Amino acid sequence: MRQITVISGKGGTGKTTLVASLAALAKGKALIADCDVDAPDLHLLLKPDLRETREFFGLPLARLDRSLCTDCGECEDLCPSKAIRQGEIDSLLCSGCGVCRLVCPSEAIEMVERLSGHAYISDTVYGPLVDASLLPGEETSGKLVAMVREMAREEAKAHGLDLILIDGSPGIGCPVIASLTGVDLALVVTEPTISGVHDLERILSVADHFGVKSLVCINKYDLNLEMAKRIEDICGEGALAGLIPFDPAAVKSIVDGRPLVELGGAAAEAISEIWDRLKEEGFA
Amino acid sequence: MILSIASGKGGTGKTLVATSLAHSLGKAVLADCDVEEPNSYLFFPELVEGESRTVYMTIPQVDQERCTRCGVCSDFCAFHALAVLPQEVLLFPELCHGCGGCIIACPEKAISAGSRPIGTVKKAKAGEVDLVWGELNLGEPMSTPLIKEVKEEVSGSTILIDCPPGTACPVIEAVRGSDFCLLVTEPTPFGLHDLDLAVSVLDRLEIPSGVVVNKSGSGDDAIYGYCRDKGLPILLEIPMSRGIAEIYSRGQIFAREMPEWQDCFRELFEKIGEMVR
Repeated sequence: MRQITVISGKGGTGKTTLVASLAALAKGKALIADCDVDAPDLHLLLKPDLRETREFFGLPLARLDRSLCTDCGECEDLCPSKAIRQGEIDSLLCSGCGVCRLVCPSEAIEMVERLSGHAYISDTVYGPLVDASLLPGEETSGKLVAMVREMAREEAKAHGLDLILIDGSPGIGCPVIASLTGVDLALVVTEPTISGVHDLERILSVADHFGVKSLVCINKYDLNLEMAKRIEDICGEGALAGLIPFDPAAVKSIVDGRPLVELGGAAAEAISEIWDRLKEEGFA
Repeated sequence: MILSIASGKGGTGKTLVATSLAHSLGKAVLADCDVEEPNSYLFFPELVEGESRTVYMTIPQVDQERCTRCGVCSDFCAFHALAVLPQEVLLFPELCHGCGGCIIACPEKAISAGSRPIGTVKKAKAGEVDLVWGELNLGEPMSTPLIKEVKEEVSGSTILIDCPPGTACPVIEAVRGSDFCLLVTEPTPFGLHDLDLAVSVLDRLEIPSGVVVNKSGSGDDAIYGYCRDKGLPILLEIPMSRGIAEIYSRGQIFAREMPEWQDCFRELFEKIGEMVR
C-alpha cells in the first residue's frame, strides 16, 4: 500500500485543493484521509455520505470529589498545568497527566474518560473518505491523526485500495509528524512568498528527519517569479513536482464545493501533470 | 491590551494583519506564537537581533542502578513515554509531556528531573516595535511549552500575538489571557467553516472576538450572514488584490507599502480598545 501525505509548513497554500483534485484524478482507486483534524475542510469539496461515526477519547480528565477533599492544596501545588484553583479543575487546562490523583492523600480525585472528538468513515464519488473533528478546545490532535490513519488503512484494505491520499495540517509539530511518519511520499505545497520559502525549508528538514522523501509543488508560482525561482533552487530539479499557476478557478472550486480539476483551466491542468508525475515515479 | 490574531484556517492573513498593526501603531510588542512556522520577524528586515535563549522541557532521568523495574512509572505515565524492559527503563522523550508524575510515583526514588531542549525564544527590535518569537526545533512535536515561554517574555501596554493556525492546544495556549481576539478569515466555505471552529474555541475560553475579512470580494458572501447571526462584528475588510498579495510575497509589510491603510489599522485597534473597555 502506498501513502502520500500532502503538507505545507505554512497554512493556506492549497493542500486541500490539491488533495481533492488528486482524489478526483485517482478515479476511485484511492482512499482519502483528512488528517487536518484541527480544521478539516476536505469534506466541503468531496460531499461525503456518512457511513460510520466513531468516538475519540483523548487523554483522561481529572475529576475532584468535593465531599472527600480536605483542601490540603497538594494537587494545586503539583499540577504541572496549573489547572486546579480552589478545588475547581479547569478542563481546558487539565492535560490528563494524573499527577493530582497521584498526590491526593484523601483519594478525592479520579481520572475519567474525556470525549475529545469524532472520526468518520464516508463514501464519496471519488472513493471512501476517513476524516475527523476535534471538539472545540480539545488537545491531543496527534492521537486523533493516528486514529484516522489506522482507520484509513483498515478501510483501504477492506476496499482493496492500494493508495492512501492524506491531507495534512499546517505547521511542523505533533499532528504533522503523526500524519507524516511511515508514508512513502510527502508532497509539499508551497507558495512563492517569503513565509512560504521559510516554512518550506523547515518542513523539508522535518520530512527528511523522519526519512520521508519529499516532492515540492509551487502553487500560485506566477505571483512572484523571483521567489518561485528561489524555491526551485532550494529543492533542486529532481524534487520539483510541478508549478501551479494562479487561477481564480481555485476559489471557485471551493465556493462550488467541487475538486478544482473538474472545473478545468490552467491550474487544473498543472495538477493533472503532477498526478501523471506521481504515477510515473511509482507513488500512485 | 493583549490582542491576539488567530484564524482557524491557515494562510488567511494573520501575519499580514499582525505586522501591519504593529507597524501602524508604531510602538508595540509583536509576539509570534506560531512557533512551528514563525514568520512575522521576516517582515522587519531592519530588525536588530537581541538576546535569544534555549527553552528546555523537564524529562525524567532514570538511575538504572537504583531502579528495580517495578513498572510503577510506566503504569502511571498517561503519555506512554516510559517502557520498562528487563534491563532498563526506556524513555521516549518526544512523548513525554514533562508532568513529573513518574518522579513522584517511583517508590525507589530512582527518577530525577532532567531536561531536553525543544526550541529557542528570540528577541529583536525594529524601531519602536519589539519582536519576540519562538522557533520550535525541527522534528520536535511539543510546541505548547515553547509558546508558553514566548508569552513569558512579553510585557508592555500594547501586545499583539500572532497565533498558529488550527483550533487545538497550540492555539489555546497562544490566545489564553488575551483581552480580545481578532479572527482573520476569507470569504470562502473553507474560511467560514474554520472561522466557526475558532469561534467555538474562543467562546469556550470566554474571550471576546471580532472578524477581519481578508481577500474580500473573492469568494461568496456566506461569511457576512454568519457574522450577523453570531453577533460577531466585522472590524475590517481587506480586498482581494494581486498587488497586496505581491507585497506580502516579497516580505514587505502591507501597511508600510500602502500607507493609506495605516489609519485603518489604528482605527481598528482603537475600536477594539473601546469594545474591551
